[in-house]
Amino acid sequence: MSRLGRELTLLNAVLFGIILVLCIASLMSGEAHVVFLHALEDMLAGKHSAGAIIVMQLRLPRMLLAVMVGGTLGLSGAVLQGYLRNSLADPGILGVSGGATLGAVSVFYTGLMQLSILILPLGGLIGALCAALLLIGLVGQGSVLVLLLAGAALSSFTAALTALVLNLVPSPYASFEIMHWLMGSFTDRTFTHVWICLPGVILGTVLMFLSARYLDALVLGEDVAETLGFRLHGLKGVQTRIVLGTSLAVGSCVAVSGVIGFVGLVVPHLLRPLTGYQPSRLLLPSFLGGAVLLLLADMTVRLVSIGGELQVGVLTALVGAPFFFARVILLKRKALS
Amino acid sequence: MTLLWAQGLSLQLAGRNVISDADLKLEGGQVIGLIGPNGAGKSTLARMLAGLQKPDKGHIALMERDMALLAPSVRARQLAFIPQESRIPPPMAVRSLVALGRLPYGEVNETAETHSMVDYALNVTELQDLSNRPANHLSGGERARMNLARALATDTSIVLADEPIAALDPAHALSMMRLFRKLAEQGKGIVIILHDLMLAARFCDYLIVMQEGSVACQGVPDDVLSDDMMHKVYGVTVRRIENAVVPWDLCNS
Repeated sequence: MSRLGRELTLLNAVLFGIILVLCIASLMSGEAHVVFLHALEDMLAGKHSAGAIIVMQLRLPRMLLAVMVGGTLGLSGAVLQGYLRNSLADPGILGVSGGATLGAVSVFYTGLMQLSILILPLGGLIGALCAALLLIGLVGQGSVLVLLLAGAALSSFTAALTALVLNLVPSPYASFEIMHWLMGSFTDRTFTHVWICLPGVILGTVLMFLSARYLDALVLGEDVAETLGFRLHGLKGVQTRIVLGTSLAVGSCVAVSGVIGFVGLVVPHLLRPLTGYQPSRLLLPSFLGGAVLLLLADMTVRLVSIGGELQVGVLTALVGAPFFFARVILLKRKALS
Repeated sequence: MTLLWAQGLSLQLAGRNVISDADLKLEGGQVIGLIGPNGAGKSTLARMLAGLQKPDKGHIALMERDMALLAPSVRARQLAFIPQESRIPPPMAVRSLVALGRLPYGEVNETAETHSMVDYALNVTELQDLSNRPANHLSGGERARMNLARALATDTSIVLADEPIAALDPAHALSMMRLFRKLAEQGKGIVIILHDLMLAARFCDYLIVMQEGSVACQGVPDDVLSDDMMHKVYGVTVRRIENAVVPWDLCNS
């Protein structure tokens, strides 16, 4: 195995180890004092003690969602940055997150969420799927530029419609609920949310990993990638696979967690130098890194109390934005030296 | 064996004839130079030969099989394309970038076959010492050799290069052309787009002169590179100067 190969295996192993530790820590931490080992014993013995219920019904789905959503956002960011050859691309760039947001906000507006806990995430999922289909229809056989323009148009349109719904929302309480949801959170999520999210995440993740070799070829430019035997456009082309993969996975995540920014942008940025700048090598570490970041962020919002639980999307934005300030300063220093 | 045979290729873009009835026949061990003024259709013809642009008329046979019917991965194992280089490569190690040439075989990183082909490609292009250097730190000449190494790593019978020496100084241009010649001697077929007619005369077995999308003339360099062709195709007059460092001069007709 080459030196880079060994370093990559080590990086993945370290990230995987951190995830395992954080998963256990996530199950152990929270407002209620629960002795984790006792809760585990109760669970295995089939006893419905308070500790077992808290860990199984509240903390476990929350932890699973943090891994799934964080991993998906990190992976989608790496795939889109590789495909668009733009290190500022993030999962929101295709407008599918906007579609999921609009779908969920419409559920709030119509009051349908009173009917079932399923309605809100399903609304988000339907919004994401509609946006993805619209995007694929708009782009057709178009180039990367067409994809970017269509994504920007879709993002702006869904943002405008979301603002319209907010504008027309009848009660201040509903307005507050919507604003709260938009900030992104794993609070009060259950296994229902996990099951809603899971199929899209699995299918999308598989499609994204299947695009890995094409992302490598694209490093040499579109023409060379095609002469290396890759089909770019058309229904069987890699572009459709990437758009469908990121849309399914990100749309499913936004539908259950709300909008969580900066993970898809920051994680690939941080890990790229450790993977030899080869897009395919960045995918798995970005998935694991995204999961680490959101597990950490979710535990932080649970443990740090500032007059109520901080929304996880707010925390990632608070951490993410200074990261870019630091990048700007470093780039300036590098240019001057 | 005829490696590449294009017959009657024509293409219209936006109502304009970009390529009209162009032919090309490439044998193993041959270096064909595509020459002609800017905008003559050389790059478009090269893109058609590489399978990147479908012709409106005519057809291309690759290793005696219809190119249009070949799966992209099969085509990729027979023909390597080196486009005009304008971008700075990413900071990947040179070796990793060259290894991308193995993508048509589904292997990029850790197989023995990849290692031996990448080593061979780096050896031939004399890039062994730079194999761990980030590609964006290479000079223009080194980058041109890296692009050729990537094409060689694919181990194709045909290499098609669009102006591979355009941005190189005379020494680097000469060493690149020697490399292409060496590859032809090993049995590969090479098609190169060139503007340097001296190097075309010295290193190509056959020249195809393009003008306004058509083949103006073709043949061995001694026959093709005449004062008459220079005047008709390039619009310049060749003036011979005895006992000068450069024994000729070009003036606008």
